[in-house]
Amino acid sequence: MIRLTDQPFEPGAELSAFCAGRFETGAVASFVGIARGEAGAAVALELEAYPGFTEARIAEFTAEAVRRFSLQDALVIHRHGKMAPGDAIVMVAVASSHRRAAFEACDYLMDYLKSRAPFWKKEHGPEGTRWVEPTVRDLEDLARWD
Amino acid sequence: MRVLLFGRLGDIAGWRERTIEAAIARVSDLKAYLAAEDAALGDALGAKGVQTAIDLALVRGDALLPPACEVAFLPPMSGG
Repeated sequence: MIRLTDQPFEPGAELSAFCAGRFETGAVASFVGIARGEAGAAVALELEAYPGFTEARIAEFTAEAVRRFSLQDALVIHRHGKMAPGDAIVMVAVASSHRRAAFEACDYLMDYLKSRAPFWKKEHGPEGTRWVEPTVRDLEDLARWD
Repeated sequence: MRVLLFGRLGDIAGWRERTIEAAIARVSDLKAYLAAEDAALGDALGAKGVQTAIDLALVRGDALLPPACEVAFLPPMSGG
């Protein structure tokens, strides 16, 4: 399931709900990305999404991860709009019969989300605002899966 | 048609969404129409890495614009 939201979400509650009733799953791995304050340099982070388009692209990546790692299920929750340091930005949870596939699928999904997902990121800092593009590190992380 | 601008394109233009009633055939014609009004936006639309989506699907090249469509100009995506 893919959920794009402009409201804060509670990762613990989401993970509990994702794990509930899984009598045959075996392994759930999850990752939560949290907005960094950059020691005062970032007052707020703003992610612009294109509703409809953004979910569709994330759903494509997620379907690819489900195929590649033979997952039973996957959940992606992503914030958009303005968020403050400490807010959960993104959460990924995947269900698999084995832990290795679950860990790897989380890693894979996060590499895609961090570098390819259709968002436009703006940092609001004490000096004003700036648009941020993917880092070389993000692109190198992504290339590990090619 | 509805025209949407994302990321820095919206800041340059000073708008993120508008409706254009003029009959415009292709993506290049729409870019030229917008550039005639706002040269800075025209330059930004012509920059490397700006993609176009029509009705939520990415298109390549100089696509035809169907009637009453939604056209979005997407600068390089940053990821989440």
